[in-house]
Parts: sequence; structure tokens; C-alpha cells
Amino acid sequence: MDDLIVKTITRIVVPFIQLYGLFIILHGHISPGGGFAGGAIIGASLILYTLAFGLEAGHKAAPHGITSKIETGGILWFVFLGLIGILAGGSFLGNQTAGFPMGTFGNILSGGLIPLATLGIGFKVASTMITLFHNTIEEDPID
Amino acid sequence: MRKSLILIVLAGLLFVLLGSISEMPGLGGLENPSYNEVPRHYLEHAIDDTNTANVIASIITDYRAFDTLGETTVLFTSITAVISVLGSGVVKFSDKEEKH
Amino acid sequence: MINFSAIVDNINYIGAFVLFVIGLYTVLTHPNLLKRVIGVNIMETSIFLFFVSIGYVRGAQAPIVVKLSGELIYVNPLPSAMILTGIVVAVSITAYALSLIIKLHESYGTIELDEILKKEGEGID
Repeated sequence: MDDLIVKTITRIVVPFIQLYGLFIILHGHISPGGGFAGGAIIGASLILYTLAFGLEAGHKAAPHGITSKIETGGILWFVFLGLIGILAGGSFLGNQTAGFPMGTFGNILSGGLIPLATLGIGFKVASTMITLFHNTIEEDPID
Repeated sequence: MRKSLILIVLAGLLFVLLGSISEMPGLGGLENPSYNEVPRHYLEHAIDDTNTANVIASIITDYRAFDTLGETTVLFTSITAVISVLGSGVVKFSDKEEKH
Repeated sequence: MINFSAIVDNINYIGAFVLFVIGLYTVLTHPNLLKRVIGVNIMETSIFLFFVSIGYVRGAQAPIVVKLSGELIYVNPLPSAMILTGIVVAVSITAYALSLIIKLHESYGTIELDEILKKEGEGID
């Protein structure tokens, strides 16, 4: 759309939305939220950018090559974290039995497996939302 | 005619569903059958096992992490289904075009 | 009739059932395909509401444990953890249904169900 107010406000607000989503993902084990909510917020900010500036600018901000690599990287990161548990002698996706460092209570770097798994889930959900939106909007050129 | 028949059947369904509320235990009681030893075990042992404050995050990423793995597979499958129906992006070269 | 306090106490369950019947009515009667997808979404939302309010405890706290307190009562965390997966499944089904509607529109030129059936019926003859 070609509205001046929408474009100006979007250019101001989108970094703050992404910062807020990243805050919710990183503090997933201390406060309510977690991976799914933070990933949905980051995906919604990219959808807002595509809606305000058109499909060409959206493609330049989130091209197909990068989002597909983040998406497959999310699942492979999760399976890799599970396989570390098998290599260390515990069970698949074990946390304290597999030797992850626990840390002190209330820090960000505490809880072993939990912040790493939350990060993987957050990025995967964000890339899923932006890929679904771009595939629904794009249409074939008229031959 | 068809719409009034649908309305009568749905009103009967609503009546049956609302009548089953009297059979359920009330909302918000501590002696509910759903508050048995499984949530109590998670609430008591969450800090010792995982050292995190958010009990729901420790349930979905530590105690039941396999369900979260299956759910990321569901997300991946939905992307595959949408791309297989609609076709992924179209790359336009100078005089011919191909889908990738 | 039943007394008012029973209705007000169980208002979550009553709201979930009324939303379910409203969504079912939308799916069964409207001929527009987009409104049917919205009706399926309303039914899924009602089931989420019903499931999460099973775990509610009156006067309890949210399940973020504080370390140095002994005897606090927390809300049941288990139904909320199960519904997170359900929400993702609902989003996936909506995305796939919308992509099928796009393909139907390309093929028939309309998204009203009775016009599609009429065009399908003419093609058989």
C-alpha cells in the first residue's frame, strides 16, 4: 500500500517489535512466554514489513534462501541437542543426566538444555510464518 | 426448511452439552480429579531437576521434549504441504522462467 | 431453573460450548468457503478454552515457582502445556485449507460452494 503514515510508522516500530520478540524468546525459562510466542511475534513483524512496503522489499528483507536454511536448521539443531544426550551416556533429549551445565537459579544461562531448545523453536516458528505468508501472496506471472 | 432443521438439531446439541456441565466437577476446585499426583510431581520437582522458574517451559522442553520435537515436525509438514500445492517462488531470467 | 451461582461459576464451560455450536452452525450453513474456514477456527478456539479451564484453581498463582516459599498453591500447568501443540496444529490446518481455496479459485473462478457444484454438474453432461 502507498500510505505515507503506515510506511513511516512501520519503519519506526519494526525494530522494537523484533527486540521485544527476542526478549520473550531469551527469557523463556524465567517469565511466561517461551519459544512459540516469541517466534510468532518476530514472524508478525516481518509480515507487517511486507504488508507496508510491498512484495519486492519483503523479498529483499527475507529471501527464500535464508528462510529455508533457518527453517531446516531449527529442526536439525533440536535433533543434534538430543543426540548429545545419547553420546554422553544418558537418554535421548536428557537434561541433567546428559551433563549439561545447570547454572544458578534466575540467570539467563541456566537450565542446561532449555534456553538452547527455546532458541531453536523460536527461530523455526518465525521462519515458518514468513514462508507461509510469502508463498500465499506470490502468484505466477501471466503468460 | 433445511436451515430450520439444522437449527433444531444444533439447539438439541447445545441442550445436551449444557446438561453435561452438571455432571462435571465445578470450575476451580482444588479437589478436582485432574489435579492428581502428576502435576504435583512436576510442581515439586521442577526446581531440583531443571533449575528454572517457569514450570510450563520445563515441561515442554525437558520432561516432555519428545512431544515438542513431534510438533516441530508438524510445522515442517505444513510448509511442505503448502509449497507442494502452490509452488515455491518463481525466478525470472531474461527470456525464460523456471520454478525452483 | 438452575440457580444463578451455578451459571456464573461455570461460565468458562458454558462459553466454550456456545462458541462450539456457533462455529458448527457457521460451517454447516454458509456457502462461502472462507467463512467455513473461519467457522473451523472458532470451533478449535472453543476447544482450547474448554481444555485450559479444566486446570484452573481458584485463588491460586500462575505456575512460575518462587524458590523460598513453602506452601503456595499453583494452577495446574499440564493442560496449558498440551494446548501449545494443539494451537500449532490449528495454524497448520488453516494454512493448508487457505492454499486449497486459492487453487479452487484459479480453477473455477468463484469461491461459493453452490456455484462450484453447479459448474461441476454441467461438466459431467
